[in-house]
Amino acid sequence: MVEGQQYEDPGRPKVEAESVDFWYGPTQALFDVSMSVPARRVTALIGPSGCGKSTFLRTLNRMNDVIEGTRLAGRILIDGEDVYRAGTNVVALRKRVGMVFQKSNPFPKTIFENVAYGPRIHGTRNRAELIEIVEQSLIRAALWEEVKDRLDASAMGLSGGQQQRLCIARALAVDPEIILMDEPASALDPRSTARIEDLIDQLRVDYTIIIVTHNMQQAARVSDFTAFFFEGRLIEFGPTKQLFTTPTVKQTEDYITGRFG
Amino acid sequence: MGRPWVDATIAWLMRITTYAIVAVVAYIIFDIVVGGLPAISWEFVFGFPRRSGAEGGILPAIVGTLCLVLGTIAVALPLGMATAIYLSEYARRGRFTGMVRSAIVTLAGVPSIVFGLFGLGLFVLFLDMGASILAGSLTLACMVLPTIIVASEEAIQAVPQSLREGSLALGATKWETIRTNVLPYSIPGMLTGSILGIGRAAGETAPILLTVAAFYLPRLPRSVFDQVMALPYHLYVLATQHPEAEAVRPMQYGTALVLLLLVLGLSLAAILLRGRLRRKYRW
Repeated sequence: MVEGQQYEDPGRPKVEAESVDFWYGPTQALFDVSMSVPARRVTALIGPSGCGKSTFLRTLNRMNDVIEGTRLAGRILIDGEDVYRAGTNVVALRKRVGMVFQKSNPFPKTIFENVAYGPRIHGTRNRAELIEIVEQSLIRAALWEEVKDRLDASAMGLSGGQQQRLCIARALAVDPEIILMDEPASALDPRSTARIEDLIDQLRVDYTIIIVTHNMQQAARVSDFTAFFFEGRLIEFGPTKQLFTTPTVKQTEDYITGRFG
Repeated sequence: MGRPWVDATIAWLMRITTYAIVAVVAYIIFDIVVGGLPAISWEFVFGFPRRSGAEGGILPAIVGTLCLVLGTIAVALPLGMATAIYLSEYARRGRFTGMVRSAIVTLAGVPSIVFGLFGLGLFVLFLDMGASILAGSLTLACMVLPTIIVASEEAIQAVPQSLREGSLALGATKWETIRTNVLPYSIPGMLTGSILGIGRAAGETAPILLTVAAFYLPRLPRSVFDQVMALPYHLYVLATQHPEAEAVRPMQYGTALVLLLLVLGLSLAAILLRGRLRRKYRW
Protein backbone atom coordinates (compact mmCIF):
# COMPACT_ATOMS: atom_id res chain seq x y z
CA MET A 1 0.00 0.00 0.00
CA VAL A 2 1.32 3.43 -0.86
CA GLU A 3 2.22 5.42 2.22
CA GLY A 4 -0.18 8.25 2.99
CA GLN A 5 -2.68 7.18 0.35
CA GLN A 6 -6.01 8.83 1.00
CA TYR A 7 -9.35 7.15 0.45
CA GLU A 8 -12.22 9.02 -1.00
CA ASP A 9 -15.56 7.99 0.42
CA PRO A 10 -16.12 4.57 -1.17
CA GLY A 11 -19.87 5.18 -1.33
CA ARG A 12 -22.25 2.28 -1.18
CA PRO A 13 -20.47 -0.94 -0.21
CA LYS A 14 -20.22 -3.47 -3.00
CA VAL A 15 -20.69 -6.49 -0.77
CA GLU A 16 -22.47 -6.54 2.57
CA ALA A 17 -22.74 -9.51 4.89
CA GLU A 18 -25.48 -9.26 7.47
CA SER A 19 -25.31 -11.64 10.45
CA VAL A 20 -24.13 -14.55 8.37
CA ASP A 21 -24.13 -17.98 10.02
CA PHE A 22 -22.93 -20.96 8.04
CA TRP A 23 -23.02 -24.69 8.60
CA TYR A 24 -21.34 -27.73 7.05
CA GLY A 25 -23.91 -30.31 8.08
CA PRO A 26 -24.08 -30.06 11.88
CA THR A 27 -20.82 -28.09 12.16
CA GLN A 28 -21.15 -24.36 12.32
CA ALA A 29 -18.31 -22.64 10.48
CA LEU A 30 -19.37 -18.98 10.57
CA PHE A 31 -20.97 -17.11 13.45
CA ASP A 32 -22.81 -13.86 12.97
CA VAL A 33 -20.42 -12.36 10.43
CA SER A 34 -21.32 -8.84 9.37
CA MET A 35 -19.11 -6.70 7.20
CA SER A 36 -19.19 -4.21 4.35
CA VAL A 37 -16.71 -4.53 1.53
CA PRO A 38 -16.11 -1.27 -0.33
CA ALA A 39 -16.16 -1.18 -4.14
CA ARG A 40 -12.94 -1.04 -6.16
CA ARG A 41 -10.72 -1.80 -3.22
CA VAL A 42 -8.72 -4.81 -2.18
CA THR A 43 -10.00 -6.43 0.98
CA ALA A 44 -7.91 -9.13 2.62
CA LEU A 45 -9.33 -11.87 4.82
CA ILE A 46 -6.76 -13.19 7.27
CA GLY A 47 -6.76 -15.59 10.17
CA PRO A 48 -5.43 -19.00 11.20
CA SER A 49 -6.36 -22.18 9.29
CA GLY A 50 -9.95 -23.20 9.81
CA CYS A 51 -11.03 -19.74 10.93
CA GLY A 52 -13.74 -19.54 8.27
CA LYS A 53 -12.15 -17.01 5.93
CA SER A 54 -12.30 -19.31 2.89
CA THR A 55 -15.81 -20.41 3.81
CA PHE A 56 -16.87 -16.79 3.99
CA LEU A 57 -15.25 -16.06 0.62
CA ARG A 58 -17.12 -18.97 -0.97
CA THR A 59 -20.46 -17.78 0.34
CA LEU A 60 -20.10 -14.64 -1.80
CA ASN A 61 -20.43 -16.45 -5.14
CA ARG A 62 -22.41 -19.32 -3.61
CA MET A 63 -19.62 -21.77 -4.37
CA ASN A 64 -20.50 -23.54 -1.14
CA ASP A 65 -23.75 -24.59 -2.81
CA VAL A 66 -21.88 -27.40 -4.52
CA ILE A 67 -20.98 -28.95 -1.15
CA GLU A 68 -23.74 -31.18 0.13
CA GLY A 69 -25.42 -30.39 3.43
CA THR A 70 -24.35 -26.74 3.73
CA ARG A 71 -26.70 -24.08 5.05
CA LEU A 72 -26.55 -20.32 5.43
CA ALA A 73 -28.51 -17.93 7.60
CA GLY A 74 -28.36 -14.16 7.36
CA ARG A 75 -27.99 -12.14 4.18
CA ILE A 76 -25.27 -11.51 1.63
CA LEU A 77 -25.98 -8.38 -0.38
CA ILE A 78 -24.22 -7.47 -3.59
CA ASP A 79 -25.12 -3.98 -4.75
CA GLY A 80 -27.93 -4.20 -2.20
CA GLU A 81 -29.41 -7.42 -3.54
CA ASP A 82 -29.57 -10.57 -1.47
CA VAL A 83 -27.79 -13.29 -3.42
CA TYR A 84 -29.38 -16.03 -1.33
CA ARG A 85 -32.90 -14.83 -2.02
CA ALA A 86 -35.02 -17.58 -3.52
CA GLY A 87 -35.00 -17.37 -7.30
CA THR A 88 -31.54 -15.82 -7.53
CA ASN A 89 -29.85 -16.70 -10.80
CA VAL A 90 -26.65 -18.33 -9.54
CA VAL A 91 -25.18 -18.40 -13.04
CA ALA A 92 -25.62 -14.64 -13.40
CA LEU A 93 -24.22 -14.15 -9.89
CA ARG A 94 -21.07 -16.11 -10.70
CA LYS A 95 -20.62 -14.17 -13.89
CA ARG A 96 -20.51 -10.98 -11.78
CA VAL A 97 -18.42 -12.53 -9.02
CA GLY A 98 -15.36 -14.26 -10.45
CA MET A 99 -13.13 -16.57 -8.46
CA VAL A 100 -9.50 -17.62 -8.48
CA PHE A 101 -8.63 -20.72 -6.53
CA GLN A 102 -5.75 -21.66 -4.28
CA LYS A 103 -4.53 -24.38 -6.57
CA SER A 104 -4.51 -23.11 -10.14
CA ASN A 105 -7.05 -25.11 -12.11
CA PRO A 106 -6.69 -24.42 -15.81
CA PHE A 107 -8.80 -26.68 -17.98
CA PRO A 108 -6.79 -29.28 -19.90
CA LYS A 109 -7.48 -27.37 -23.09
CA THR A 110 -5.51 -24.79 -25.04
CA ILE A 111 -4.63 -21.41 -23.56
CA PHE A 112 -7.11 -19.79 -25.92
CA GLU A 113 -9.91 -22.20 -25.03
CA ASN A 114 -9.34 -21.59 -21.33
CA VAL A 115 -9.88 -17.86 -21.62
CA ALA A 116 -12.64 -18.17 -24.22
CA TYR A 117 -14.54 -20.69 -22.09
CA GLY A 118 -16.46 -18.15 -20.01
CA PRO A 119 -17.49 -15.83 -22.85
CA ARG A 120 -18.54 -18.87 -24.90
CA ILE A 121 -20.88 -20.27 -22.28
CA HIS A 122 -22.33 -16.80 -21.87
CA GLY A 123 -23.18 -16.69 -25.53
CA THR A 124 -20.30 -15.06 -27.39
CA ARG A 125 -20.01 -17.02 -30.63
CA ASN A 126 -18.31 -14.53 -32.91
CA ARG A 127 -14.72 -15.66 -33.46
CA ALA A 128 -13.26 -12.17 -33.90
CA GLU A 129 -14.99 -11.02 -30.73
CA LEU A 130 -13.62 -14.03 -28.82
CA ILE A 131 -10.10 -13.35 -30.07
CA GLU A 132 -10.41 -9.76 -28.87
CA ILE A 133 -11.69 -10.82 -25.42
CA VAL A 134 -8.94 -13.43 -25.04
CA GLU A 135 -6.23 -10.93 -25.95
CA GLN A 136 -7.59 -8.20 -23.67
CA SER A 137 -7.99 -10.61 -20.76
CA LEU A 138 -4.49 -12.00 -21.14
CA ILE A 139 -3.09 -8.46 -21.33
CA ARG A 140 -4.93 -7.47 -18.16
CA ALA A 141 -3.66 -10.61 -16.45
CA ALA A 142 -0.08 -9.70 -17.48
CA LEU A 143 0.31 -12.96 -19.37
CA TRP A 144 -0.09 -11.86 -22.99
CA GLU A 145 3.57 -11.27 -23.76
CA GLU A 146 4.48 -14.75 -22.53
CA VAL A 147 1.80 -16.69 -24.38
CA LYS A 148 0.78 -14.67 -27.43
CA ASP A 149 2.72 -16.97 -29.76
CA ARG A 150 1.32 -20.19 -28.36
CA LEU A 151 -2.36 -19.62 -27.70
CA ASP A 152 -3.09 -23.02 -29.20
CA ALA A 153 -0.70 -24.82 -26.86
CA SER A 154 -2.07 -26.69 -23.88
CA ALA A 155 -2.49 -24.65 -20.73
CA MET A 156 -1.01 -27.57 -18.83
CA GLY A 157 2.42 -26.71 -20.25
CA LEU A 158 2.54 -23.36 -18.45
CA SER A 159 4.45 -22.85 -15.20
CA GLY A 160 2.53 -22.67 -11.92
CA GLY A 161 2.65 -18.89 -11.81
CA GLN A 162 1.57 -18.62 -15.44
CA GLN A 163 -1.27 -21.06 -14.83
CA GLN A 164 -2.53 -18.93 -11.97
CA ARG A 165 -2.39 -15.78 -14.12
CA LEU A 166 -4.22 -17.73 -16.82
CA CYS A 167 -6.93 -18.50 -14.28
CA ILE A 168 -7.13 -14.79 -13.48
CA ALA A 169 -7.39 -14.02 -17.21
CA ARG A 170 -10.11 -16.64 -17.49
CA ALA A 171 -12.03 -14.95 -14.69
CA LEU A 172 -11.55 -11.49 -16.24
CA ALA A 173 -12.85 -12.71 -19.60
CA VAL A 174 -16.44 -12.84 -18.36
CA ASP A 175 -16.13 -9.21 -17.22
CA PRO A 176 -16.86 -9.65 -13.50
CA GLU A 177 -17.34 -6.80 -11.03
CA ILE A 178 -15.93 -8.65 -8.07
CA ILE A 179 -12.98 -11.06 -8.00
CA LEU A 180 -12.60 -13.50 -5.15
CA MET A 181 -9.13 -14.92 -4.62
CA ASP A 182 -8.61 -17.88 -2.35
CA GLU A 183 -4.92 -17.82 -1.39
CA PRO A 184 -3.99 -17.31 -5.04
CA ALA A 185 -0.24 -17.29 -4.43
CA SER A 186 0.18 -19.83 -1.66
CA ALA A 187 1.48 -22.53 -4.00
CA LEU A 188 3.82 -20.20 -5.91
CA ASP A 189 7.47 -19.26 -5.60
CA PRO A 190 8.36 -15.73 -4.41
CA ARG A 191 8.87 -14.36 -7.93
CA SER A 192 5.52 -15.63 -9.19
CA THR A 193 3.92 -14.38 -5.97
CA ALA A 194 5.33 -10.92 -6.60
CA ARG A 195 3.86 -10.93 -10.12
CA ILE A 196 0.43 -11.89 -8.78
CA GLU A 197 0.65 -9.12 -6.19
CA ASP A 198 1.60 -6.58 -8.88
CA LEU A 199 -1.33 -7.80 -10.90
CA ILE A 200 -3.73 -7.35 -7.97
CA ASP A 201 -2.39 -3.84 -7.61
CA GLN A 202 -3.30 -3.09 -11.23
CA LEU A 203 -6.71 -4.72 -11.05
CA ARG A 204 -7.86 -2.79 -7.96
CA VAL A 205 -8.70 0.21 -10.15
CA ASP A 206 -11.50 -1.62 -11.95
CA TYR A 207 -12.55 -4.46 -9.71
CA THR A 208 -13.60 -5.13 -6.16
CA ILE A 209 -11.12 -7.72 -4.98
CA ILE A 210 -11.48 -9.91 -1.92
CA ILE A 211 -8.45 -12.03 -1.18
CA VAL A 212 -7.94 -14.74 1.40
CA THR A 213 -4.34 -15.04 2.47
CA HIS A 214 -2.30 -16.85 5.06
CA ASN A 215 0.51 -14.46 4.53
CA MET A 216 0.20 -11.34 6.66
CA GLN A 217 2.94 -9.48 4.81
CA GLN A 218 0.96 -10.12 1.66
CA ALA A 219 -2.22 -8.78 3.24
CA ALA A 220 -0.32 -5.70 4.37
CA ARG A 221 1.22 -5.23 0.91
CA VAL A 222 -1.79 -5.66 -1.34
CA SER A 223 -4.90 -4.75 0.61
CA ASP A 224 -6.70 -1.55 1.49
CA PHE A 225 -8.89 -3.21 4.09
CA THR A 226 -8.31 -6.25 6.23
CA ALA A 227 -10.70 -8.53 8.06
CA PHE A 228 -9.37 -10.80 10.77
CA PHE A 229 -11.31 -14.03 11.30
CA PHE A 230 -10.92 -16.34 14.24
CA GLU A 231 -12.91 -19.49 15.01
CA GLY A 232 -15.67 -18.61 12.59
CA ARG A 233 -16.13 -15.06 13.82
CA LEU A 234 -15.11 -11.76 12.32
CA ILE A 235 -12.94 -10.32 15.08
CA GLU A 236 -11.85 -7.07 13.53
CA PHE A 237 -12.29 -5.25 10.25
CA GLY A 238 -10.79 -1.95 9.17
CA PRO A 239 -8.29 -0.15 6.95
CA THR A 240 -5.25 -2.40 6.60
CA LYS A 241 -2.82 0.16 7.91
CA GLN A 242 -4.87 0.77 11.00
CA LEU A 243 -5.45 -2.94 11.65
CA PHE A 244 -1.78 -3.74 11.40
CA THR A 245 -0.48 -0.77 13.39
CA THR A 246 -3.13 -0.18 16.00
CA PRO A 247 -5.41 -3.19 16.26
CA THR A 248 -8.22 -2.60 18.70
CA VAL A 249 -8.82 -6.22 19.69
CA LYS A 250 -6.31 -8.24 21.68
CA GLN A 251 -6.73 -11.38 19.51
CA THR A 252 -5.90 -9.42 16.36
CA GLU A 253 -2.80 -8.05 17.96
CA ASP A 254 -1.72 -11.49 19.12
CA TYR A 255 -2.22 -12.91 15.65
CA ILE A 256 -0.47 -10.20 13.66
CA THR A 257 2.45 -10.11 16.05
CA GLY A 258 2.83 -13.83 15.58
CA ARG A 259 1.87 -14.94 19.07
CA PHE A 260 -0.38 -17.66 17.61
CA GLY A 261 -1.71 -18.93 14.32
CA MET B 1 14.33 -57.72 12.26
CA GLY B 2 15.34 -57.83 8.63
CA ARG B 3 15.88 -61.33 7.36
CA PRO B 4 16.85 -60.94 3.73
CA TRP B 5 16.06 -64.52 2.75
CA VAL B 6 12.42 -64.13 3.88
CA ASP B 7 12.09 -61.14 1.64
CA ALA B 8 13.73 -62.91 -1.27
CA THR B 9 11.52 -65.99 -0.82
CA ILE B 10 8.35 -63.92 -0.76
CA ALA B 11 9.42 -62.04 -3.85
CA TRP B 12 10.07 -65.34 -5.62
CA LEU B 13 6.72 -66.81 -4.55
CA MET B 14 4.95 -63.76 -5.96
CA ARG B 15 6.96 -64.00 -9.14
CA ILE B 16 6.16 -67.69 -9.61
CA THR B 17 2.43 -67.09 -9.10
CA THR B 18 2.53 -64.34 -11.69
CA TYR B 19 4.38 -66.54 -14.15
CA ALA B 20 1.92 -69.37 -13.51
CA ILE B 21 -0.99 -67.13 -14.50
CA VAL B 22 0.79 -66.00 -17.64
CA ALA B 23 1.61 -69.63 -18.42
CA VAL B 24 -2.03 -70.70 -18.12
CA VAL B 25 -3.20 -67.90 -20.44
CA ALA B 26 -0.40 -68.65 -22.88
CA TYR B 27 -1.29 -72.36 -22.92
CA ILE B 28 -4.99 -71.70 -23.56
CA ILE B 29 -4.23 -69.31 -26.41
CA PHE B 30 -1.54 -71.64 -27.81
CA ASP B 31 -3.89 -74.63 -27.73
CA ILE B 32 -6.71 -72.74 -29.43
CA VAL B 33 -4.45 -71.23 -32.07
CA VAL B 34 -2.75 -74.56 -32.87
CA GLY B 35 -6.05 -76.43 -32.94
CA GLY B 36 -8.01 -73.71 -34.70
CA LEU B 37 -5.64 -72.37 -37.33
CA PRO B 38 -5.93 -75.38 -39.68
CA ALA B 39 -9.73 -75.01 -39.67
CA ILE B 40 -9.62 -71.34 -40.63
CA SER B 41 -10.25 -70.77 -44.30
CA TRP B 42 -12.19 -68.39 -46.50
CA GLU B 43 -15.08 -70.78 -46.54
CA PHE B 44 -15.00 -71.24 -42.78
CA VAL B 45 -15.22 -67.52 -42.02
CA PHE B 46 -17.47 -66.43 -44.88
CA GLY B 47 -19.43 -69.62 -45.58
CA PHE B 48 -22.68 -71.05 -44.30
CA PRO B 49 -22.75 -74.19 -42.19
CA ARG B 50 -23.84 -77.50 -43.66
CA ARG B 51 -24.80 -80.83 -42.05
CA SER B 52 -25.56 -79.23 -38.62
CA GLY B 53 -22.25 -77.42 -38.63
CA ALA B 54 -20.11 -80.46 -39.35
CA GLU B 55 -19.06 -78.85 -42.61
CA GLY B 56 -19.03 -75.42 -44.18
CA GLY B 57 -18.53 -72.13 -42.35
CA ILE B 58 -19.73 -70.14 -39.37
CA LEU B 59 -20.66 -66.80 -40.97
CA PRO B 60 -24.17 -66.74 -39.42
CA ALA B 61 -22.68 -67.23 -35.96
CA ILE B 62 -20.10 -64.47 -36.50
CA VAL B 63 -22.74 -62.09 -37.81
CA GLY B 64 -25.07 -63.09 -34.99
CA THR B 65 -22.49 -62.33 -32.32
CA LEU B 66 -21.59 -59.02 -33.98
CA CYS B 67 -25.29 -58.09 -34.04
CA LEU B 68 -25.60 -58.92 -30.36
CA VAL B 69 -22.49 -56.91 -29.50
CA LEU B 70 -23.77 -53.87 -31.42
CA GLY B 71 -27.23 -54.25 -29.92
CA THR B 72 -25.78 -54.51 -26.44
CA ILE B 73 -23.64 -51.41 -26.97
CA ALA B 74 -26.60 -49.47 -28.34
CA VAL B 75 -28.74 -50.29 -25.32
CA ALA B 76 -26.27 -50.51 -22.46
CA LEU B 77 -23.81 -47.72 -23.21
CA PRO B 78 -26.25 -44.77 -23.10
CA LEU B 79 -28.16 -46.24 -20.17
CA GLY B 80 -25.03 -47.05 -18.18
CA MET B 81 -23.35 -43.72 -18.88
CA ALA B 82 -26.48 -41.76 -18.00
CA THR B 83 -26.83 -43.70 -14.74
CA ALA B 84 -23.18 -43.10 -13.89
CA ILE B 85 -23.47 -39.38 -14.62
CA TYR B 86 -26.61 -39.17 -12.51
CA LEU B 87 -25.10 -41.10 -9.60
CA SER B 88 -21.80 -39.27 -9.47
CA GLU B 89 -22.84 -35.75 -10.45
CA TYR B 90 -26.46 -35.24 -9.50
CA ALA B 91 -27.64 -37.71 -6.88
CA ARG B 92 -27.34 -36.62 -3.26
CA ARG B 93 -25.68 -39.09 -0.96
CA GLY B 94 -28.53 -40.66 0.91
CA ARG B 95 -30.53 -43.77 1.53
CA PHE B 96 -31.90 -43.85 -2.02
CA THR B 97 -28.52 -43.67 -3.78
CA GLY B 98 -27.21 -46.20 -1.27
CA MET B 99 -29.97 -48.56 -2.36
CA VAL B 100 -29.26 -47.93 -6.04
CA ARG B 101 -25.59 -48.67 -5.49
CA SER B 102 -26.21 -51.92 -3.66
CA ALA B 103 -28.64 -52.90 -6.40
CA ILE B 104 -25.90 -52.37 -8.97
CA VAL B 105 -23.39 -54.40 -6.97
CA THR B 106 -25.95 -57.18 -6.55
CA LEU B 107 -26.72 -57.10 -10.26
CA ALA B 108 -23.01 -57.59 -10.98
CA GLY B 109 -23.05 -60.75 -8.88
CA VAL B 110 -26.09 -62.37 -10.50
CA PRO B 111 -25.15 -65.57 -12.40
CA SER B 112 -25.50 -65.22 -16.15
CA ILE B 113 -28.04 -68.05 -16.47
CA VAL B 114 -30.33 -66.07 -14.19
CA PHE B 115 -30.09 -63.18 -16.61
CA GLY B 116 -30.98 -65.65 -19.33
CA LEU B 117 -34.10 -66.77 -17.48
CA PHE B 118 -34.99 -63.17 -16.68
CA GLY B 119 -34.63 -62.27 -20.36
CA LEU B 120 -36.77 -65.22 -21.34
CA GLY B 121 -39.48 -64.23 -18.90
CA LEU B 122 -39.51 -60.48 -19.52
CA PHE B 123 -38.39 -59.83 -23.08
CA VAL B 124 -39.14 -63.06 -24.93
CA LEU B 125 -42.44 -64.01 -23.29
CA PHE B 126 -43.99 -61.12 -21.38
CA LEU B 127 -43.03 -58.38 -23.87
CA ASP B 128 -43.59 -60.87 -26.67
CA MET B 129 -40.37 -60.17 -28.55
CA GLY B 130 -39.84 -63.86 -29.13
CA ALA B 131 -36.35 -65.29 -29.31
CA SER B 132 -34.69 -62.44 -31.21
CA ILE B 133 -31.64 -60.23 -31.52
CA LEU B 134 -33.61 -57.57 -29.67
CA ALA B 135 -34.41 -59.81 -26.70
CA GLY B 136 -30.85 -61.16 -26.60
CA SER B 137 -29.27 -57.70 -26.77
CA LEU B 138 -31.52 -56.40 -24.02
CA THR B 139 -30.65 -59.40 -21.84
CA LEU B 140 -26.92 -58.96 -22.42
CA ALA B 141 -27.32 -55.24 -21.78
CA CYS B 142 -28.84 -55.94 -18.35
CA MET B 143 -25.88 -58.15 -17.63
CA VAL B 144 -23.17 -55.63 -18.58
CA LEU B 145 -24.89 -52.56 -17.12
CA PRO B 146 -23.17 -52.88 -13.72
CA THR B 147 -19.74 -53.08 -15.38
CA ILE B 148 -20.47 -50.04 -17.50
CA ILE B 149 -21.88 -48.05 -14.60
CA VAL B 150 -18.98 -48.81 -12.29
CA ALA B 151 -16.35 -48.15 -14.97
CA SER B 152 -18.06 -44.91 -15.98
CA GLU B 153 -18.41 -43.71 -12.41
CA GLU B 154 -14.73 -44.33 -11.77
CA ALA B 155 -13.83 -42.42 -14.90
CA ILE B 156 -16.06 -39.51 -13.91
CA GLN B 157 -14.72 -39.39 -10.38
CA ALA B 158 -11.16 -39.32 -11.68
CA VAL B 159 -11.83 -35.83 -13.05
CA PRO B 160 -10.51 -33.39 -10.43
CA GLN B 161 -13.19 -31.49 -8.51
CA SER B 162 -11.17 -28.32 -9.10
CA LEU B 163 -12.08 -28.40 -12.80
CA ARG B 164 -15.78 -28.52 -11.99
CA GLU B 165 -15.39 -25.65 -9.54
CA GLY B 166 -13.39 -23.65 -12.07
CA SER B 167 -16.15 -24.05 -14.60
CA LEU B 168 -19.00 -23.33 -12.17
CA ALA B 169 -17.18 -20.27 -10.87
CA LEU B 170 -17.23 -18.83 -14.39
CA GLY B 171 -21.00 -19.05 -14.39
CA ALA B 172 -21.36 -22.32 -16.24
CA THR B 173 -24.45 -24.34 -15.37
CA LYS B 174 -24.09 -27.81 -13.97
CA TRP B 175 -24.84 -29.46 -17.30
CA GLU B 176 -22.48 -27.14 -19.20
CA THR B 177 -19.79 -28.04 -16.68
CA ILE B 178 -20.43 -31.75 -17.10
CA ARG B 179 -20.63 -31.52 -20.87
CA THR B 180 -17.50 -29.44 -21.37
CA ASN B 181 -15.34 -30.22 -18.38
CA VAL B 182 -16.23 -33.65 -17.10
CA LEU B 183 -17.35 -35.82 -19.99
CA PRO B 184 -14.55 -35.01 -22.45
CA TYR B 185 -11.97 -36.16 -19.91
CA SER B 186 -13.87 -39.17 -18.63
CA ILE B 187 -15.16 -40.63 -21.88
CA PRO B 188 -11.93 -42.52 -22.65
CA GLY B 189 -12.18 -44.34 -19.33
CA MET B 190 -15.92 -44.88 -19.73
CA LEU B 191 -15.52 -46.39 -23.18
CA THR B 192 -12.62 -48.61 -22.24
CA GLY B 193 -14.32 -50.10 -19.22
CA SER B 194 -17.56 -50.51 -21.11
CA ILE B 195 -16.07 -52.17 -24.17
CA LEU B 196 -14.10 -54.58 -22.00
CA GLY B 197 -17.34 -55.51 -20.25
CA ILE B 198 -19.18 -55.92 -23.53
CA GLY B 199 -16.31 -58.06 -24.83
CA ARG B 200 -16.91 -60.42 -21.95
CA ALA B 201 -20.62 -60.46 -22.68
CA ALA B 202 -19.89 -61.35 -26.31
CA GLY B 203 -18.49 -64.66 -25.12
CA GLU B 204 -21.40 -65.49 -22.80
CA THR B 205 -23.63 -68.45 -23.62
CA ALA B 206 -26.17 -68.60 -20.83
CA PRO B 207 -27.91 -65.24 -21.38
CA ILE B 208 -28.38 -65.83 -25.10
CA LEU B 209 -29.27 -69.50 -24.78
CA LEU B 210 -32.88 -68.77 -23.88
CA THR B 211 -33.35 -65.41 -25.55
CA VAL B 212 -31.87 -65.44 -29.04
CA ALA B 213 -29.42 -68.17 -29.96
CA ALA B 214 -30.45 -70.62 -32.65
CA PHE B 215 -29.20 -74.19 -32.59
CA TYR B 216 -28.79 -74.28 -36.35
CA LEU B 217 -29.92 -71.49 -38.67
CA PRO B 218 -27.79 -71.30 -41.78
CA ARG B 219 -28.88 -67.85 -42.96
CA LEU B 220 -28.27 -64.22 -42.03
CA PRO B 221 -30.72 -62.25 -39.87
CA ARG B 222 -33.06 -59.84 -41.67
CA SER B 223 -34.28 -57.79 -38.72
CA VAL B 224 -33.80 -57.39 -34.99
CA PHE B 225 -36.73 -59.74 -34.49
CA ASP B 226 -34.83 -62.61 -36.09
CA GLN B 227 -33.17 -65.41 -34.21
CA VAL B 228 -29.46 -65.80 -34.91
CA MET B 229 -26.72 -68.26 -34.31
CA ALA B 230 -23.98 -66.98 -32.00
CA LEU B 231 -20.34 -68.04 -31.62
CA PRO B 232 -20.33 -69.14 -27.98
CA TYR B 233 -23.54 -71.13 -28.34
CA HIS B 234 -22.41 -72.65 -31.64
CA LEU B 235 -19.23 -73.74 -29.89
CA TYR B 236 -21.25 -75.30 -27.10
CA VAL B 237 -23.47 -77.11 -29.60
CA LEU B 238 -20.51 -78.43 -31.60
CA ALA B 239 -18.70 -79.57 -28.48
CA THR B 240 -21.52 -81.23 -26.57
CA GLN B 241 -24.67 -81.58 -28.66
CA HIS B 242 -23.33 -82.64 -32.01
CA PRO B 243 -23.71 -86.36 -32.86
CA GLU B 244 -20.19 -86.41 -34.28
CA ALA B 245 -18.52 -84.34 -31.56
CA GLU B 246 -15.12 -85.98 -32.14
CA ALA B 247 -15.24 -85.53 -35.89
CA VAL B 248 -16.10 -81.84 -35.73
CA ARG B 249 -13.20 -81.07 -33.35
CA PRO B 250 -11.44 -78.80 -35.90
CA MET B 251 -14.68 -76.86 -36.35
CA GLN B 252 -14.86 -76.37 -32.57
CA TYR B 253 -11.30 -75.10 -32.42
CA GLY B 254 -11.86 -72.84 -35.39
CA THR B 255 -14.98 -71.36 -33.78
CA ALA B 256 -13.15 -70.87 -30.48
CA LEU B 257 -10.31 -69.09 -32.28
CA VAL B 258 -12.68 -66.75 -34.10
CA LEU B 259 -14.51 -65.95 -30.85
CA LEU B 260 -11.22 -65.32 -29.09
CA LEU B 261 -10.00 -63.02 -31.86
CA LEU B 262 -13.27 -61.13 -31.79
CA VAL B 263 -13.13 -60.54 -28.04
CA LEU B 264 -9.42 -59.69 -28.09
CA GLY B 265 -10.10 -57.37 -31.03
CA LEU B 266 -12.73 -55.53 -28.99
CA SER B 267 -10.35 -55.18 -26.04
CA LEU B 268 -7.57 -53.99 -28.29
CA ALA B 269 -9.87 -51.43 -29.87
CA ALA B 270 -10.82 -50.20 -26.39
CA ILE B 271 -7.19 -49.84 -25.37
CA LEU B 272 -6.18 -48.04 -28.56
CA LEU B 273 -9.13 -45.70 -28.24
CA ARG B 274 -8.18 -44.90 -24.66
CA GLY B 275 -4.62 -44.17 -25.67
CA ARG B 276 -5.74 -41.84 -28.42
CA LEU B 277 -8.20 -39.90 -26.29
CA ARG B 278 -5.81 -39.75 -23.33
CA ARG B 279 -3.18 -38.04 -25.38
CA LYS B 280 -5.73 -35.40 -26.23
CA TYR B 281 -6.73 -34.56 -22.67
CA ARG B 282 -4.24 -34.57 -19.88
CA TRP B 283 -4.12 -32.73 -16.61
